[in-house]
Amino acid sequence: MSNGYSHSEHFPGPIHNPPLIGGEARKGHGEHGHHPKLQHHFDDMDQQLEASTLGMWVFLVTEIMFFGGLFMAYLMYRWANPTAFQEASAHLNKAWGGVNTVVLIVSSLTMAMAVRSAQTSAKPKTQVLWLVATMFFGTVFLGVKVVEYTDKFTHHLVPGPHFQWTGQYPAGAEIFYSLYFCMTGLHAVHMIIGLGMMTVIAIMAWRGKFDADYYTPVEVSGLYWHFVDIVWIFLFPLLYLIGAHYGAGH
Amino acid sequence: MSGHIASPKAYYLVFLALIVGTGLTYAAALVDFGFFNNVVMLTIAVAKAALVILIFMGVRWSSRLTWVVAASGFVWLLILFGITMSDYFSRGWMVGSLR
Repeated sequence: MSNGYSHSEHFPGPIHNPPLIGGEARKGHGEHGHHPKLQHHFDDMDQQLEASTLGMWVFLVTEIMFFGGLFMAYLMYRWANPTAFQEASAHLNKAWGGVNTVVLIVSSLTMAMAVRSAQTSAKPKTQVLWLVATMFFGTVFLGVKVVEYTDKFTHHLVPGPHFQWTGQYPAGAEIFYSLYFCMTGLHAVHMIIGLGMMTVIAIMAWRGKFDADYYTPVEVSGLYWHFVDIVWIFLFPLLYLIGAHYGAGH
Repeated sequence: MSGHIASPKAYYLVFLALIVGTGLTYAAALVDFGFFNNVVMLTIAVAKAALVILIFMGVRWSSRLTWVVAASGFVWLLILFGITMSDYFSRGWMVGSLR
């Protein structure tokens, strides 16, 4: 009885943490004088936001290492096959890669503005507009990716039994395209997950869940979206731009 | 809540810098600097990533703890690259392109 933690076992009663939905919860919490979205294990809304942000960053660190493994493979194989990687990269369409980089940067801007619109208690319609704009540009990115992948399939550049390479380094080029599909594929999967998250967030925003007092879900999914953008910032030059001078004497 | 709210101007400026950075990366790739093409494009990429992390992701205004956690990801990444490559560099495996 001395540990001080067991009192709840001895006084079973209504759980002191009801689902925090709708006006009922607000009324129930009114006596405490705090925000209905504040979970009981946090002192205040600031601490809650900070804990969520930190938690998302811990997840993003594992994501950095997840993609990091592929970047490691890229570094090692490119170091071992420098010319082959240049030759293989020269076959990627730099313009598509550049367009997609710009598209993702625009989507990051609209995402930042979506978070800001929630922070400033903008109308639900405004919040939804920024989120839908973000999803639009995310979808454009994936659309361009579909065009590129289709092109690679029709030109037999997909590693496997049907891979065909007319250049000097078929084996090295196949490794490059394996990495190309793994890295851009994993990135695309993250984009698709991001679109799913944004759908949920947009619905919540539409229902007026977010304002200056509570915008944690928008903030946290924004972090994820920006992270996916950062991955592409590195993928674009490393995959698309290393072959520009192939055959120029080195 | 007292979370920092950046001005739209800050976001638009970062956006502009990211677009200019992308243009520079593209233009620099068309000029033949040899090995230094890699240095140029990765320097610009790191600068772009830093802008996104500090402003768009708001780490600039986050707690010290968030700074440490965010930075730790990149520190571990450098450990991964550094130790793995030191092994390959020092053994002379797989030198020369596969044909």
